[in-house]
Amino acid sequence: MTISIGIDLTSSDAVAESLHAHGTRYLERVYTDRERRDCVRQAGHPDADRLAARFAAKEATLKALRREDEPIPWTSIGVCSDGAGRPSLELTGPAAALARHRGVAGLSVSLTHEGQFAAAVVVADLQEDK
Amino acid sequence: MSTIGINTRTEIRRVLQDHARLPVDIDSIGDEADLFQAGMTSHASVNVMLALEDAFDIEFPDRMLKRSVFESVDGIASALEELEDKAA
Repeated sequence: MTISIGIDLTSSDAVAESLHAHGTRYLERVYTDRERRDCVRQAGHPDADRLAARFAAKEATLKALRREDEPIPWTSIGVCSDGAGRPSLELTGPAAALARHRGVAGLSVSLTHEGQFAAAVVVADLQEDK
Repeated sequence: MSTIGINTRTEIRRVLQDHARLPVDIDSIGDEADLFQAGMTSHASVNVMLALEDAFDIEFPDRMLKRSVFESVDGIASALEELEDKAA
């Protein structure tokens, strides 16, 4: 079995600044509908910490997929959570096409937060090393 | 030959100064230099994209959401030129 690993670290402060500067446009260009629903606080405001973890997961996925210069919209990589809070990845469009091209049989993701930072690690299970 | 003028490159540099979160002054970076190597994060490149859209009243299509478009002043200028040509 061949695996490929990606890791990324994203600042919650940077996400908060983007929300302040670009608001809904930032959210809609980067996060899936589900991610936007999953990342709201009680008052209905976006949760920068949770969004930062999801952005880190998107970048970690691109690294695990060994992206070169393929155009990949951020919204084609989404983080989902099951009832127990375990995260998983859902790829669509160009990201799914790249995964198929790389021979990816499965993807695993792990997220963490500490202070102003969120990190993600993604492991891609490659059917063959393409 | 590029039709992107000095004023456009100046505006690109203003956007980068304000949104790329570079650890160095944008004036110390050449037009062809790799902005990611200079310290621009992937997340900062999102802000750069959105700020460029505001500054130039354009929208980057999905096919342009790739590293080479945002990795240098030259890359951004080429993408803007292409978008302006299509809009003309």
